[in-house]
Amino acid sequence: MVRESEFYWRRLHSLLGIIPIGLFVTQHLIINHFATRGAESFNTAAHFIENLPFIYFLEWFVIYIPLMFHAFYGVYLAFTSKNNVQRYGTFRNWMFMLQRVTGVFLVIFIAWHIYETRIQKMFGAEVNYDMMAEIFANPFMIVFYALGILAATFHLANGVWSFLVTWGLAQSPRSQKIVTYVTLGIFVILSVIGMRALFAFA
Amino acid sequence: MSEHQTAVQEQTAPAKTVMFEIQRQDTPESAPYMESFEVPYKANMNVISALMEIRRNPVNAKGEKTTPINWDMNCLEEVCGACSMVINGRPRQSCTALVDQLTQPIKLEPMRTFPVVRDLVVDREGMFDSLKKIKAWIPIDGTYDLGEGPRMPERKRQWAYELSKCMTCGVCLEACPNVNDQTNFMGPFAISQVRLFNTHPTGAQNKDERLSALMTDGGLGECGNSQNCVVACPKGIPLTTSIAAMNRATTVQMFKNFFGSDHMVD
Repeated sequence: MVRESEFYWRRLHSLLGIIPIGLFVTQHLIINHFATRGAESFNTAAHFIENLPFIYFLEWFVIYIPLMFHAFYGVYLAFTSKNNVQRYGTFRNWMFMLQRVTGVFLVIFIAWHIYETRIQKMFGAEVNYDMMAEIFANPFMIVFYALGILAATFHLANGVWSFLVTWGLAQSPRSQKIVTYVTLGIFVILSVIGMRALFAFA
Repeated sequence: MSEHQTAVQEQTAPAKTVMFEIQRQDTPESAPYMESFEVPYKANMNVISALMEIRRNPVNAKGEKTTPINWDMNCLEEVCGACSMVINGRPRQSCTALVDQLTQPIKLEPMRTFPVVRDLVVDREGMFDSLKKIKAWIPIDGTYDLGEGPRMPERKRQWAYELSKCMTCGVCLEACPNVNDQTNFMGPFAISQVRLFNTHPTGAQNKDERLSALMTDGGLGECGNSQNCVVACPKGIPLTTSIAAMNRATTVQMFKNFFGSDHMVD
């Protein structure tokens, strides 16, 4: 049953990675960037997001449900591939492997990140600049979050490439190459935005 | 240096040999083991002529008598695909694997993506089942003479010819990280064959059936875009372009199937 409809699950997996998850991640990194303008600026932005109308609906349907499907199905995909970069050390084969490695790491990172922020909020903590600054008092956490952000931006950028190929938008070798450069740009830009925010808290 | 001196030197030099390390397996279920062989060198020899030499004189590098090695072969000119095996870590045809171009010891292994029958012989029947599944043929039979088919543009024929070079050798399956015992992926070759037969003006009359076959278990959905297949293909078939083209075609077909369409084959 699941096997028979694998084609559709794979397409859904690819689509959800971009819409809504990719868009959410981009938005999240941009909101974080307010931290570079100081604590007050970040807190204002965070409160604006917190007080959006229909926030529970948005959280579940834009973030949790698509993310959980993408994460759990992705782990299944990662562990049913037999990586062979030793045999074929090509750029694309490395990207294939790194997409799976970053994906599995992100499941761990995001689970921890949600526990530390959203679930703590459920228990009454306030999600603000001070909360993040407190987390980053631990230097290990700075490294962990830096890796998490880089893994996310890489996974998203490379995911845009494979989305365009999987849905048949980038077909010729030349178009796939151009998309590779474009997604490389997305990776660099989102990484800089993410890192600047991280070091604003730290 | 005169010609005479050169001839004398060749006679006194020790006979040149080629070292082979071959992975052997006696039955489909038994454990594989390695055996080394030292084969007398001949000019321009390929892996197959070395295997023939071992068959003629089945003695391993330790000087022990052993069983001849089993392998598949047929055309000996890289168009049948039967003699594919993993040579120095890469899947390829042994007929075009020239000993002079390989680092020694030359390591031969069967393509373990497939069930191993014995030594280097593998069972590629699954690939032919995939070809049946995707209807990799052009139906022209009828109860009366159907006449000539539509004309194919010459420039289209030229690139379609490249796709038709596929010899079902199995190298792209061996190279693909997503063809393994945990998935049912039929492999890149089958996807390219759908593109070939859907390109043909008569074949296109059943193109929705082939695309629908790609959208089931083991089809296009299992491709992870590692793009090893296009690097590995001995015939230089643009497999990843075919995959992307079929991704596009199935995207359209998916909507046609869901919403219903009067344009299933055009």
